[in-house]
Amino acid sequence: MSLSSTTATPAASGEKVIKTFREAISDALWEEMERDERIFIMGEEVGVWGGTYAVTRGFIDHFGEKRVRDTPIAEQAIVGTAVGAAMNGLRPVAEIMTINFAFLAFDALINHAAKARYMFGGQFTVPLVVRTTTGGGRQLGATHSHSPEHLFAHFPGLMVVVPSTPHDAKGMLKAALRQDNPVMFVEHSTLYQTRGEVPVGDYTVPLGTADVKREGKDVTLVSYAKMVHVALDAAKQLEKEGISAEVVDLRSLRPLDIGLVIQSFKKTNRCVVVEEAHALYGVGAEAAARIQEEAFDWMDAPVKRVSTEDVPLPYSRELEQSALPNAQKVIRAVKEIL
Amino acid sequence: MALTKEQKLEAYRMMMVIRRFEEKCAELYAAGDIGGFLHLYIGQEAIAVAAQYALRPDDNIITAYRDHGVALVRGLGTKAVMAEMLGKATGVSKGKGGSMHLASKEKRFWGGWAIVGGHLPLAAGLALADQYTGSDRITLAMMGDGATNIGYFHEALNLAAVWKLPVVWLIENNQYGMGTAVTRASAVADIAKKAEAYGMPCCMQVDGMDLLATYEMIQEAAEYVRSGKGSFLMEVITYRYRGHSMGDPERYRPAHEVEAKKAEDPIDRWAAYLLSEGLATKEDLEALDRAADEEIAEAVAFAKDSPLPAPEELYTDVTV
Repeated sequence: MSLSSTTATPAASGEKVIKTFREAISDALWEEMERDERIFIMGEEVGVWGGTYAVTRGFIDHFGEKRVRDTPIAEQAIVGTAVGAAMNGLRPVAEIMTINFAFLAFDALINHAAKARYMFGGQFTVPLVVRTTTGGGRQLGATHSHSPEHLFAHFPGLMVVVPSTPHDAKGMLKAALRQDNPVMFVEHSTLYQTRGEVPVGDYTVPLGTADVKREGKDVTLVSYAKMVHVALDAAKQLEKEGISAEVVDLRSLRPLDIGLVIQSFKKTNRCVVVEEAHALYGVGAEAAARIQEEAFDWMDAPVKRVSTEDVPLPYSRELEQSALPNAQKVIRAVKEIL
Repeated sequence: MALTKEQKLEAYRMMMVIRRFEEKCAELYAAGDIGGFLHLYIGQEAIAVAAQYALRPDDNIITAYRDHGVALVRGLGTKAVMAEMLGKATGVSKGKGGSMHLASKEKRFWGGWAIVGGHLPLAAGLALADQYTGSDRITLAMMGDGATNIGYFHEALNLAAVWKLPVVWLIENNQYGMGTAVTRASAVADIAKKAEAYGMPCCMQVDGMDLLATYEMIQEAAEYVRSGKGSFLMEVITYRYRGHSMGDPERYRPAHEVEAKKAEDPIDRWAAYLLSEGLATKEDLEALDRAADEEIAEAVAFAKDSPLPAPEELYTDVTV
């Protein structure tokens, strides 16, 4: 990784403002496009429509059609064309409307974006950011409700970022746009309206770093993206019962900052992983494996997983909600191992 | 622009170097020196050579996995390409790519890609970057007939047409996608007609065994594209004498078909042309043949003497 992606740039002033997750991402894109002419956006409905989640509203008027490019509904072409443009000197931000459609571009992401450098002996760089949205809970049925970011993180060569706060989203998107590796930047679709403090002025958050979102001493809750908020909610309720939970936000699935997880675990000796994906072969499985490999002597209980039920997500609201992780499920899991 | 006498002789030499290179690769594969898949260009040599002359050196070329010919005409060098075949540290891709993944960023040869059709949107992207920066470079995207039935082809050509990207889409129709004949795989046997679906000039087809005709059509396509009119699709009818890859039982075509096609051999035809035009004597051509043999022998010696990649190379180049 290049220096710019591993070193945080602190904001010049200590001043902060409240921004939504959407505004934070939009600001990052806007500021970086102002800074670097090579950055452009391409994807479905990013221009005239303003982005299906309104992240790029107003961009086409300011930056023009050359730099804000509406594409046909053609995910293979969107990602593949962005890879070629990145190899030849540009810094594309390719938008895949939802991660469910990224399955259509799996080959372009895995066989091309992630392999172009290694396969030709390091001749090519692919400074590409693929922005996409993830998550269930919106009654969109089985095909539009996946949370498969860990699948994309399986492959060397492709970074996967999964922020949970406006602060991290802005800082990590900026970091992604200032380094030379392909990055999948995954935004949870139910977080766009959430608010949080964002520093005034330019700053970055290094890719591949986890963050402790709440300190505690009895159990470590490991999570990412929206599930960080579920974990924080559970931690708050547990506190009332005298249980102190530490919440570790992975923020990035590749590179994975397992060091911070291990550090936290050595303090609490217990861990529950909260993930919106299915459990099988998931982030929880990885965390459990790494904890027993690297902190076996500190284990006081089995590592538990709270994941989405092993079924396709249904439409009906209550049925869908029953399949997804929630604070009550996390609390139950914590109590099982205390 | 017409080819000069020197270029015509050099074209002969290049075709002969490719042919001898490929024959040697087949030998080395049988001996176990080359692993993986090996897709030979024998029979198709005229196309790569025509492309090299029709394009500017700073234009982009990208192709699929049958890429040895393009690598050699683009000047990657028989030594470094042969070293890649043998998986050596001195190979064009440091031994990490192999036969299907040759490239040289410096020569603007962007690979060598092994997923059928996967490189076609990459070609659109290469062209987009040049269009974006105001360069008048163009991109030549070469592919086999089989690639014209995959989704990537349609998505890439459609986008290229919508954005008027400067790409020449060149289909090397060697009659079979692996072992499936074009007529058994494509709804339109006349592949050049597919241009019409994307508003590109229709229906540009040329005999790929004829070097001069192929050169002229690529040149016409390049001019069209460079003038800003958008993409251009052309079909080059060719034939591969060897199987799809090594170990192909070739149950899909009779031996006499292959023998009949050899009568149209592009190198033989070019030699006859050079002789009949008085551009070369038989002795001149024999001297070029010998020079090709020597060059390949040197390349093999270089590759065999080259070191294997260092163990730590396993972990380099994964990310920047």
